[in-house]
Formats: sequence, C-alpha cells, structure tokens
Amino acid sequence: MAATIEQQLERCVRSWCPGATGVSDAARLSGGASQETWSFEIAHPDGNIGAILRRAPSGYGAAPSRAAGLAAEAVLMRLAHDAGIPSPRVLHVLEPGDELGIGFIMQRVEGETIPRKILRDETFAAARPKLARQLGEILAGIHGLPLPQLPELRRMTAASEIAELARDYRGFNWPRPVFELALRWLSDHDPGPSARVTLVHGDFRHGNLIIGPDGVRAVLDWELAHLGDPMEDLGWVCVNSWRFGEIDKPVGGLGTREELFAGYESARGDRVDPERVKFWEVMGTLRWGVMCCGMMQRFRDGPEHSVERAMIGRRSSETEIDLLRLLAPRGT
Amino acid sequence: MQDEPTPSELIQAVADFLRAEIAPQISGHAAFKLRVSLNALDLVLRQLALESDSDAVETADLSTLLGLHGSLAELNRALADRIATGEADLQTPGLADHLWKTTLAKLAVDQPNYAAYKRELERK
Repeated sequence: MAATIEQQLERCVRSWCPGATGVSDAARLSGGASQETWSFEIAHPDGNIGAILRRAPSGYGAAPSRAAGLAAEAVLMRLAHDAGIPSPRVLHVLEPGDELGIGFIMQRVEGETIPRKILRDETFAAARPKLARQLGEILAGIHGLPLPQLPELRRMTAASEIAELARDYRGFNWPRPVFELALRWLSDHDPGPSARVTLVHGDFRHGNLIIGPDGVRAVLDWELAHLGDPMEDLGWVCVNSWRFGEIDKPVGGLGTREELFAGYESARGDRVDPERVKFWEVMGTLRWGVMCCGMMQRFRDGPEHSVERAMIGRRSSETEIDLLRLLAPRGT
Repeated sequence: MQDEPTPSELIQAVADFLRAEIAPQISGHAAFKLRVSLNALDLVLRQLALESDSDAVETADLSTLLGLHGSLAELNRALADRIATGEADLQTPGLADHLWKTTLAKLAVDQPNYAAYKRELERK
C-alpha cells in the first residue's frame, strides 16, 4: 500500500514542485476510516522537504455534519499562515487529476504534540510559563481573521450547540443524570448570541498544537472551525480534560486563565468576558463527555472496533466529575 | 454454580502473563495497544470487585431519593427525566450528594488515577 501511495504522491508533487525528484518514507500517521494523515519526504536538490498529506480518500468525500471539510481547512490554514499565526504552510490543495482524493499537502512542522511530554519534559521547561499567554495571543489572531475572506462555515450559537449536544446524548439512550444536570445548567445560563461573531477554531487544545522549546509552532486541525462566539475557544482550552493531571493550571495544564486573557487582550484589545468563558468551559466539558460516548458507540457499531475506542467510552465519567466540580462543588 | 478459578482470577492471570512475557517482546503501535488492553483488563477487575456493592447502594439511594422502586436502570432513567424537566435540581435534598457518590463510584472503576478524582478523595 505504501508503494502505491508513494507513486501517486510522486506524480502529484512533480506537478507543482519544480525540481522535485521523488517521494520517500510515506508513513500513515493517524486518522479514522474517513480521514487519513500521511507523512512523507519530498526529495529536492535544494534539500528534502518534510511534508504531510491530509486527505479523505476517494469514496469518503462526504464530511460528517460538523466538519468544515478539508478544502475549507486548507483555506483557513493559508489565511492563518499569511496573518502570522503559527501554522504549517499549505503546499498544494489536491485536484481531481491527482487521484489522491480530497485534501491538501502541507509542510511538516517539527515539534511535540504529546501533552505529557509538553507538560513534563525538560525540553519545554523554558517555554511552559509563557504558553498560556501565547495561546491567548494566538486565539486573538484567529478571531481577528477577516470574515469576508473565510470559506463557507457553519454558524453556531450557544443555543444551537446545546441542542446538538442534547440530541447526540439522547441518541445514546443511556441515562446520565450528571449530563442532564449540565444540559439544564447550560440552558438556564445561555448568555444569548454573542455581540461579536468571529471565526472559531473549534478544537484549540493539546494534540492540535505543535510546540517546541521556543513555544507554539503550529495550530493544526481546523476540522471543527465555524463562526460563532470567540469566547468558545477560550472556554474549550480550559476544559479539565486538556490539563492532563495539572488540574490547578486551567489553560491546558500550562497556566492561569488570567495569563490567557491577558495575552488575548494585549494582542487584539478586545475584552474577554470571563462569564462567557466559564459557560463555554462547562459546554466543552459536556461536549468531550458526549464525544467519549460517541466513540464508544462507533466501537460498538463496528466501523472502528478497537480497544482504544472502547476504553475512551470509559472516560466519559471523567467529564462527569469535572462537571460536578464546576456546577456542584463540595465544601472544602 | 460455576467452578473455580473465578473470572477475576482468570483475568488477573492473563494480565500478568501479557505484562510479564509479551510486553517486553513488542514495541511501537502494538506495544501501545497492549498497554491499552492491559488497562482494559485492570478496569474489568476493578468493576468485578466493586460493582455489586456500589450498584446496591445506588439502587437503594435512588429509591429513597425518588420514592420509587425499580431496577437500577429504570431508576436512573427516572432521575434523568426529573432533572431534564426541572422537577429535580441541585436544591432537591440529597440530589447533589447522590450525584457525587455515584460519580465517585464510577471513577473508582474507570480512572482511579484521574487527578480530579484523587483531589476529591482527599476531601473525605
């Protein structure tokens, strides 16, 4: 299989990369049945280029309802890169003649995405204290991208997201009183449509950030990008599930909300609304819980019958304790 | 009545074998999958040890809280419905305590090393 994709990639790369002499080391990195990520090397007389292919193979063109689509992702990455947001350079958007499906090829960015390494390894010790602030600055940049340049994206509000989560949860047909409590809390505390509507990354957290000793090098995975309340991204990055044990540092286990907010406000001048951020943190915690249940469902229904998926189903209880800590904290 | 060894003893024996003899022989993605698999076996062992007691307590507590009788699943559905309709909320006497107790019982099986769970245990 690897030989076939290398031949396809080589033909594709020669069409847009003058001087490229070949493609090697194609390796599948991750992804499910509908989306693949491949790493490969482009041989070039001026020096090899590390590249990443992100694609939906032919026959998997239909994106899940929530996904922005790979074509939109490529546009967003280009816009982000041009605006100075740490982002991989998009080298090529796949065309039908490439016969590689739908997707794009980008330059590989070296660095780390594994949270436990970022939070604990000595390599990142100097960067860690600065990262919460930097994440705020980057989010301000993302939210500042001009709306008229954006591709077609879904427009979401708190109310529409609550409705989606409720529908997904009820589809599992498994009673979870804590999820019900959270759904009820969200409906009761819905802050209404945001006065400011921006691009929302939608999945801004560990795993989708390439980090080096110098700080954030790239924001990845714009699959869940949409238009909505910019505070959503700030709440999502504070969800306890992304703290990986460093539970007293709300921003991805790296730092404080105050640092995140200060970075955000300094980079753009727009005020952070901490109440809205808290609302979105509750929403995000429930969302991850519902996503864990969804992975269990996919395991059970067959398409991805792996023990990893099955075990993620047993992580939804983590979000229940996190929701109780947010909504019904016990006395000290 | 089924014979011995018990399911727990059998699973423990399999887990011990995989950990001691297979884990050192493999690497990469297979080693990752083996670690996840061993975590799954450990989870099953915890559930086999803890489930019957925690289910009995939860059923009794739900009966008291709701004033109803039924299976654990039926009672949980009834509680979920009452919260959804607003008939029960955090002001309902006993509700917050019940949710905490049942959630801690889930974490004891699912992820006893989860930091938020360990923090809450320290409060007891």
